[in-house]
Amino acid sequence: MPAPIRLRELIRTIRTARTQAEEREMIQKECAAIRSSFREEDNTYRCRNVAKLLYMHMLGYPAHFGQLECLKLIASQKFTDKRIGYLGAMLLLDERQDVHLLMTNCIKNDLNHSTQYVQGLALCTLGCMGSSEMCRDLAGEVEKLLKTSNSYLRKKAALCAVHVIRKVPELMEMFLPATKNLLSEKNHGVLHTSVVLLTEMCERSPDMLAHFRKNEKLVPQLVRILKNLIMSGYSPEHDVSGISDPFLQVRILRLLRILGKSDDDSSEAMNDILAQVATNTETSKNVGNAILYETVLTIMDIKSESGLRVLAINILGRFLLNNDKNIRYVALTSLLKTVQTDHNAVQRHRSTIVDCLKDLDVSIKRRAMELSFALVNGNNIRGMMKELLYFLDSCDPEFKADCASGVFLAAEKYAPSKRWHIDTIMRVLTTAGSYVRDDSVPNLIQLITNSVEMHAYTVQRLYKALLDDISQQPLVQVASWCIGEYGDLLVSGQCEEEEPIQVTEDEVLDVLEGLLVSNLSAAVTRGYSLTAIMKLSTRFSGVNRIKKVVSIYGSSIDVELQQRAVEYNALFKKYDHMRPALLERMPIMEKSASNGPTEIVQTNGETEPSVVDSKHPPPVSQPANQANDLLDLLGGNDVVPVIQTTVPTKPASAGGELLDLLGDLSLSGVPTPAPSVATSQPSFLLDGLSSQPLFNDIAAAAIPPMTAYNKNGLKIDFTFERANPNPNVAVITIHASNSTEADMTDFVFQAAVPKTFQLQLLSPSSNVVPALNQGTVTQVIRVLNPQKLRMRIKLTYTLKGSPVQDLAEVNNFPPQSWQ
Amino acid sequence: MIKAILIFNNHGKPRLIRFYQYFTEDMQQQIIRETFHLVSKRDDNVCNFLEGGSLIGGSDYKLIYRHYATLYFVFCVDSSESELGILDLIQVFVETLDKCFENVCELDLIFHMDKVHYILQEVVMGGMVLETNMNEIVAQVEVQNRLEKSEVLNCLFCHVNSSPINREATKPAVPDQHRLRPL
Repeated sequence: MPAPIRLRELIRTIRTARTQAEEREMIQKECAAIRSSFREEDNTYRCRNVAKLLYMHMLGYPAHFGQLECLKLIASQKFTDKRIGYLGAMLLLDERQDVHLLMTNCIKNDLNHSTQYVQGLALCTLGCMGSSEMCRDLAGEVEKLLKTSNSYLRKKAALCAVHVIRKVPELMEMFLPATKNLLSEKNHGVLHTSVVLLTEMCERSPDMLAHFRKNEKLVPQLVRILKNLIMSGYSPEHDVSGISDPFLQVRILRLLRILGKSDDDSSEAMNDILAQVATNTETSKNVGNAILYETVLTIMDIKSESGLRVLAINILGRFLLNNDKNIRYVALTSLLKTVQTDHNAVQRHRSTIVDCLKDLDVSIKRRAMELSFALVNGNNIRGMMKELLYFLDSCDPEFKADCASGVFLAAEKYAPSKRWHIDTIMRVLTTAGSYVRDDSVPNLIQLITNSVEMHAYTVQRLYKALLDDISQQPLVQVASWCIGEYGDLLVSGQCEEEEPIQVTEDEVLDVLEGLLVSNLSAAVTRGYSLTAIMKLSTRFSGVNRIKKVVSIYGSSIDVELQQRAVEYNALFKKYDHMRPALLERMPIMEKSASNGPTEIVQTNGETEPSVVDSKHPPPVSQPANQANDLLDLLGGNDVVPVIQTTVPTKPASAGGELLDLLGDLSLSGVPTPAPSVATSQPSFLLDGLSSQPLFNDIAAAAIPPMTAYNKNGLKIDFTFERANPNPNVAVITIHASNSTEADMTDFVFQAAVPKTFQLQLLSPSSNVVPALNQGTVTQVIRVLNPQKLRMRIKLTYTLKGSPVQDLAEVNNFPPQSWQ
Repeated sequence: MIKAILIFNNHGKPRLIRFYQYFTEDMQQQIIRETFHLVSKRDDNVCNFLEGGSLIGGSDYKLIYRHYATLYFVFCVDSSESELGILDLIQVFVETLDKCFENVCELDLIFHMDKVHYILQEVVMGGMVLETNMNEIVAQVEVQNRLEKSEVLNCLFCHVNSSPINREATKPAVPDQHRLRPL
């Protein structure tokens, strides 16, 4: 058997191949030769063959039959063999193949080898593709090597430890003792990998993070190292473009970020060094900018003082003006991250950001677009929208969909006037009409119906747009719907906003029929236009033409159109008396929350679907279907019964006393200090509803608070709200404050009302009223059907060791509380 | 974490591929093709950052690339790496190659693919940056190469001693690819 050809020969041969087929042929021939060589168990040439195999693997040809050979190479004594064997193992093997477990023993032996480079190879392989079983077996060895003084091995062991922790998180504690003096190393390689190891540990486990913050005093150590790096002057070993080991600086800054996040002490400790790095770093080369960028991110993430934050945002602003595109890109990315928290500071750079929209670079344009949308607010909406619409006109198709949705959202939130809003929408539809999302058509229709005074203007503009171009489906759909609804306004020429155009009924019907027959119309669009034509039968005078059109489509191939036409036909023939009523103008639609029922709004720490807000309808319009469903979900209809069922009929021990006390006031609701179990679940919802005056703010504010009781230093104030959706429920919050010098403990508040009312008392915030008006105890009372409310209250508390009890009647409820 | 390091030429032919996450061979080739497609479209004066293609993980990963003459050096990283830092790392890697190969060119990478792997092993390990000091890397690689060379010479010496007549026959046994001759 002739000696296998060398790798170089193989490469040369393959490069002479002129076609893919030729190359494949050569490779197959060589593979066959290699296979037979492997079968002969030839030790001398094995490494050469595996090298060739790896080359062929890179070109994309299957090389799995070399896996076992790699293992044999690893087991060999020669460094050359081991080197190529480990490389092959890393490239060809993986934990999914069972073969890899055979490596474990070899690696274990090599980890204890006398030559450090062999140990290094073993660590490298374990750190790249070690499976969890292998990691578990060999973690002890890795930990030992982590404590060695050989810096070459130590840095590799650190990264290997990171891999082990990733695979088997439980072993993290094992490496903890070894990390103690990792940072006192001088060798930058070891420092670098140690910081990576510490970062990994802190990210994975909050306990570790806390431990490092407090016990190890990691932050001062890192600050010291960073300071040395900056101050140390020129060191030829680690210098990159004049800055001393920028990679290490960046790593340390990243770890500081993790340590300082949400931790005041650590953040304080690093404020100085961050300010120093931010001001002293040279920015003429990329390395300086890399460090500055990392510093800015760290400042924004930790609890830094405001001066530092402003400095950071200004640095980002400077980046935006830099000529280097990479710097601009990272600046835009970081501004996007910080725009939520430091909105005002980012606003200052708005004009620069808007300029970036015109950049040639696609990545920069995308970032600038996202950032621009984040910066839109009520003040700058007009200017920003102009820029964004211009951008929409000229941008690539991949941006148009996102830009269009962004424009709609922004317009919805901040539109200064209805006409502006409709103009903007028209502009988007005409320029990017085919890219808008499907759900924007119903949203737009709803918007248009809601702006009643703009109907004539809208339909006129849409009609004119249709005359120009019928290819953009969303535009056509909205337009045909509007023409169907408001065709009469169009024909009568009633538009006030702009010059009314003269349109006859026939012309309108021409346009709509044109849509039906055009090849450009989608099936959905045809449905829209047929319905529009039908609606016009009640708004226009000439019905015959419409009847003809409708009957033609009764035999259309499209089933949807056919069904519609047949039903409309039936309307004409048999149900003509119902036609006007059916085709009446649409009522104003209830606008459900644009984000749907999944958005959660924080109220007083309790969460609640935001649809509750929008469910508050003007009594005239009907709620949309979605809103009704949500009402059911919330159990809104159950609000009333809940109050009724919580009329506690249990004879609480306190009840007996109150019965005695009340005398002529008959007892209806017996309150107990602890809320009954029945209220605990639904009252969560009710709490959310009542404890914040979400609706009828005006009504709530109009009921003035009153002082119910003021004696012996104890003052009790009542504040009123009305809970919706049931306006018959008055929600009273009592605030008890104590102006004496001692606290009132065991404070219990009880109330009783006449029989015609129903009362529910929720649990108090606490039962200690602090002295000297330092705080108040609050408790919520809910009263149903409060007409001319009267109440008897009983107070018990312990003051200076002696119990106090008092009764009072509250009659001075303000009249608004029951109206 | 670095997910992959790809070096390919202006026509998309791979010169070095290193994945730090498991992909089947098929997927690997597809990813190379997709990455080449994305990177080759870029103009020369745009920024060096791209969103990753869908095969390699989509927008969670970034492609950071540098174009040197006929070669693209592409690092696919996740959000835990600093983008500007990786750009510098690519520069350090290329300068190291330059030192090891004496005015490195594409042919060096073609014919010494394994050498390049060994150098890369000293820079990036398991998807994480190991060493960034150029001189250190070069020194370590040199020592290991000398170790290999001495083994080869020992082997030759043994052969020579044991059978002097067969000297000619044993000469081809010296694995040629381990010689550090510049091309």
